[in-house]
Amino acid sequence: MTSSAPDANLPELVLEVSDLKVHFPVMAGAVVRKQVGSVKAVDGVSFNVRRGETLGLVGESGCGKSTTGLAVLKMLDITSGQVVFEGEDISGYDRARMRPIRRRMQMVYQDPFGSLNPRMKVAQIVGEPLEVHGMANDRAIYRARVASLLDMVGLLPDMADRYPHEFSGGQRQRIGIARALALEPSLIICDEPVSALDVSIQAQVVNLFQELQERLGLTYVFIAHDLAVVRHISHRIAVMYLGRIVEIASRADLYARPLHPYTVALLAAIPIPDPEVEATRPQQIITGEVPSAMRPPPGCRFHTRCPSVMEVCKSVDPPMRDMGDDRAVACHLHGA
Amino acid sequence: MGAPLLSVRHLSTEFRTERGTVKAVDDVSFDLSAGETLAIVGESGSGKSVTAMSILRLIPDPPGRIIAGEVVFDGRDLLKLEDHEIRAIRGNRIAMIFQEPMSSLNPSLTIGLQIAEPINLHRKTPWAAAMNMAVELLGRVRLPDARSRVKSYPHQFSGGMRQRAMIAMALACQPQLIIADEPTTALDVTVQAQILALLKEVTRAANSALILITHDLGVVARYADRVCVMYGGRIIETGPAREIYARPRHPYTIGLMASVPRLDQATGSRLVPIDGQPPNLANLPPGCAFAPRCRNAVDRCRVERPALVKSGPEHLSACHFHDQLSA
Repeated sequence: MTSSAPDANLPELVLEVSDLKVHFPVMAGAVVRKQVGSVKAVDGVSFNVRRGETLGLVGESGCGKSTTGLAVLKMLDITSGQVVFEGEDISGYDRARMRPIRRRMQMVYQDPFGSLNPRMKVAQIVGEPLEVHGMANDRAIYRARVASLLDMVGLLPDMADRYPHEFSGGQRQRIGIARALALEPSLIICDEPVSALDVSIQAQVVNLFQELQERLGLTYVFIAHDLAVVRHISHRIAVMYLGRIVEIASRADLYARPLHPYTVALLAAIPIPDPEVEATRPQQIITGEVPSAMRPPPGCRFHTRCPSVMEVCKSVDPPMRDMGDDRAVACHLHGA
Repeated sequence: MGAPLLSVRHLSTEFRTERGTVKAVDDVSFDLSAGETLAIVGESGSGKSVTAMSILRLIPDPPGRIIAGEVVFDGRDLLKLEDHEIRAIRGNRIAMIFQEPMSSLNPSLTIGLQIAEPINLHRKTPWAAAMNMAVELLGRVRLPDARSRVKSYPHQFSGGMRQRAMIAMALACQPQLIIADEPTTALDVTVQAQILALLKEVTRAANSALILITHDLGVVARYADRVCVMYGGRIIETGPAREIYARPRHPYTIGLMASVPRLDQATGSRLVPIDGQPPNLANLPPGCAFAPRCRNAVDRCRVERPALVKSGPEHLSACHFHDQLSA
């Protein structure tokens, strides 16, 4: 596996997101409801993902990473901006026009307990997308397809006739992945797919994602808060803070030479599972918590917590700046 | 060294469920000295939280019951105390911090009142003075604007602020022991680091002992002096943190360490997962609970349960082959 996409002969772009905004209205008033503000969950996010690549989206709660994932799939209304999937601008598509597109872009959710219908057998859960899209008219072909999907995710074919509650967390996540694979998608948005799993099981599922990518040429957007896991699975990583991408880079660059102070802070906050290393590691813990997305701070959104804050940061919003080598950062420290 | 502050001996706790009796904690023993941080590490169902709840006798009965063992704290067996005696210890000499502060705070009382209450209750400090102490405690846990914040209600706080308030509450009566059960699992990574550093700092300043219950091997490495690794209700390995990480002597511990990605290691190689699924406590195998997932398991492991035996100067392992393993 390569750590970043090669410069020459780049694979084609599967996903192009530019200046994506998703704002949720905030309503007030008991009798006359009116809008009193908006939560700018995603506020001008741009990134590309190439075929066969994994883009990691990391950040803390409220940074907009999950909203970005849902907006890319058009499961949320986009306020403005553009989403181009496999060359097709789907920004303005309604439900009906999204239907054929959805076959090729799927989602795997965090909660393997809440995302599977407890009344359906595994065969129905995994096979439902086939029925919905009219690809399962022949019973025998349908059964064979479900069996091969279960096999693909490391489950036994006879598990098809069991119910979700009979499975452990890791197995349920495999069922969720099999369902996502049913329609042979090219892009899978993975929203915290291993966060709810036990440590010993996370590695199984992470490895499964990597094997499937190699076998099927899948493209992933991998959303998570665990930087160690994201670094392991992603080729490129976008760090989000309060609705914006603050830094995007190949994983090697991001970890070896983080540019944005928030990236530095996030990396420093993750303890390394080795007491010898931790004993000598500088502890640079930033203060404060993520401000409200309803009233983000003026200027750079991170300035209220930034250890390197300058006067300019308090009033001027730093633009995303191309730093070469397929990396970009939005920080006045890395200005002209 | 004198007598330990806390000495847990052969503690066993079971729960009666529809599917039979489940031994959630099975023959657990460990010691803890003043000023020391002990991490209890394990995955869901390993018994780490039930161990903590058993120490303070917070196990709901029914369905739970402590069936054996001793919990000697400062010379007295907590399991033999009358109800009013254990209540005088809880929140006073031993404080507990839970994972989800929202569910352990009373939503209808101000934060200040909830912090002042144990001071008033256990120390008989008048309310006005106790409220002043609450302000001071909130300052110590670095809650900005403490004087006005004492009048806030829990819902007006963010997750990190609530956990700071919980820590202030835990510190209120200067406890000798704080038990923190996954105190930062619900928090963001940068806030997690703040809260753990704070917890470590305040316990160190007061020379209190800390039991940190977690599933996060990184947190253990950063904050713990000693470690107990639990699996299937039992301690399967214990020792000083540095020793456990440098020379793990149980296949489960070795497997856990190989299965987590590390920020300081090269990428590109596959993680080495532990095969199989976590054990079902209602249906544990007769031998070693880890045997069904262990790559080194032999017939003996499947029939004979390994005892926790010495594997180094301060290092214990419950593996028949602890002296033949290499990480």
